[in-house]
Amino acid sequence: MRIRLKIWRQENEHEPGKMMSYTLEDINPHMSFLEMLDTLNEQLLKDGTRPVEFDHDCREGICGQCGIMINGRAHGPLKNTTTCQLHMRTFTDNEEIIIEPFRASAFPVKCDLKIDRSAFDRVIQSGGFIAVNTGQAPEANSIPIGSPEVEAAFDAAACIGCGACVAVCKNSSAALFTSAKIAHLALLPQGQIEAQTRVRNMVNQMDKEGFGHCSNTEACEVECPQQISVLHIARMNYEYNKAQILKK
Amino acid sequence: MGQWKQQTLSRKNWMAFTGLFLCLYLVIHLAGNLQLFLPAERAHRQFNLYSHILSGNLIIKAISYILFACIIGHVVYAIIITVANNRARKIRYHYDRRGAASKWYSRNMGLLGTIIFIFLVIHLRDFWYVYKFGRLPMDADGHKDLYLLVVSVYGELWYVILYVICMVALCYHLLHGFFSAARTLGLYHPRYTHAVRVFGWVFSIVICSGFAAIPLYVYCLK
Repeated sequence: MRIRLKIWRQENEHEPGKMMSYTLEDINPHMSFLEMLDTLNEQLLKDGTRPVEFDHDCREGICGQCGIMINGRAHGPLKNTTTCQLHMRTFTDNEEIIIEPFRASAFPVKCDLKIDRSAFDRVIQSGGFIAVNTGQAPEANSIPIGSPEVEAAFDAAACIGCGACVAVCKNSSAALFTSAKIAHLALLPQGQIEAQTRVRNMVNQMDKEGFGHCSNTEACEVECPQQISVLHIARMNYEYNKAQILKK
Repeated sequence: MGQWKQQTLSRKNWMAFTGLFLCLYLVIHLAGNLQLFLPAERAHRQFNLYSHILSGNLIIKAISYILFACIIGHVVYAIIITVANNRARKIRYHYDRRGAASKWYSRNMGLLGTIIFIFLVIHLRDFWYVYKFGRLPMDADGHKDLYLLVVSVYGELWYVILYVICMVALCYHLLHGFFSAARTLGLYHPRYTHAVRVFGWVFSIVICSGFAAIPLYVYCLK
C-alpha cells in the first residue's frame, strides 16, 4: 500500500520544528507502525538525509516508550493499544498520516518525535516506592491481603508511563499517571505507612514539573493503552485531602 | 498552609467547594421562584411577601455574602487554573482529533462558565439591583412589587430567549461540574461514583428546566 506521511521534524530542543511530507510505496499492510517508520528511515538514509528519531524499546506494548500522536490521537486510532501494536492495515491505501510528538511543556521535544519524559521519573522518585529493605521475597500468605485488593493494586500498577494521558489531556495534566502510582501503593498494606507523605510529595513534584490541572474530562482513560481507570484520580484526591486534613 | 494554596489539587478543591455551594443556592433559588407558577393573583402577593421577608433576614444576608464570595472565588480560581493549564502546553498540535475522547462540554467549562457569568451580570442588574437600589412601586400590602418587574421583564421575547439559552449553558456546565466536584473531593467508590453521576444529570436537568420554565410560563401567560 501507498502511504503519505506528514511528520514533525525538529533538529533539537532549541530549533523550531516543522511538518515535512514523505511518501512511501509498497508498504506491507501487516507491518507494524514502527516498522513502517523503520522503512521510511532506511529510505531517508539511502537518500543521505537524517532519519526520523522516535522513541521505542520492547515493541510488545509493555515498556511504554513508543508514544506519538497519529492523526491527532495519542497512539493512533485504535483503543487500548500502544503505537507499536498498531499495524498498517488500520489505514487505507494512499491515506495521509499525520505524526507528531506528544505535546506538553513538561515533555520537551528532544528531536523529531523523541520527547523527554524524565518528569515522570522525578514524580516516581519523589514517592513512588516503599522505603523498607524487603530482603528476600516473603512467604506469600504471610501478608494478609484479599484477592480483590491485589487485583485492584495490580490494575493501577499496569500503568506503563507512556505519557498518552498527558498528551491527550486538554490541560496536559499528569493526574492519571500520578494517581495510578499513588493508588497502586495505597491499596497494598506495605504502602500504608508512607501513604500521606507519598501523596503530598508526588502531587508536589507533579505540580513542580509544570503539568496542568485535572478537569475530569476522562479523555486520559479513553486513550490509555492500559485502560487505567480515572477512579484512581478520585482516590488520589481522597488520599491527598486526607493527608492535608490530618497533617500535623 | 502556604503549600495548600499553591497546588493543583487544592485549587480544584476550591472550585468544587464553591461550585457545590452555588448548586445548593440554585435549589433554594428555584424553590422560592416556583411560587411564580401559582395563580396570578396569589403569586403576585405571595412572591412580593417572600422577597420582602428574604431581604429583611440577617441569615439570608449572611448567606448572600457567602454566595457572592463563592461566585468571585469560582471565577478567580477558574482564571488561575486556565492560565496555568495554558502554560502546561505552549505548542499546540498541528492536527488535533483529541476531541473524540471526551465530551465537548467537559472541555469547554470555561466558555460555558463565561456565558453563565455574563447572564449573571444581566440577571443581577435587572432584578437584584433594581430591588435593592432602584425605585419599585408598592403592592397592596405595602411590599416592593417585584412580581410586576418579573412579569414586565419576562414579557420581552428576546429576554426569554436569552434566558433559555443561558439555562442550556448552565445545564451543560452542571452536567460536568456536579460529578466533577465529587471526583475532585475524592469520591472513588465505583458504585457511589455512578450514583452521584446519575444524580448530577437529574439535578442539572431538573434545575435548569425549572429555571427556563419560569420566563416561558410568564411570557405565555401574558
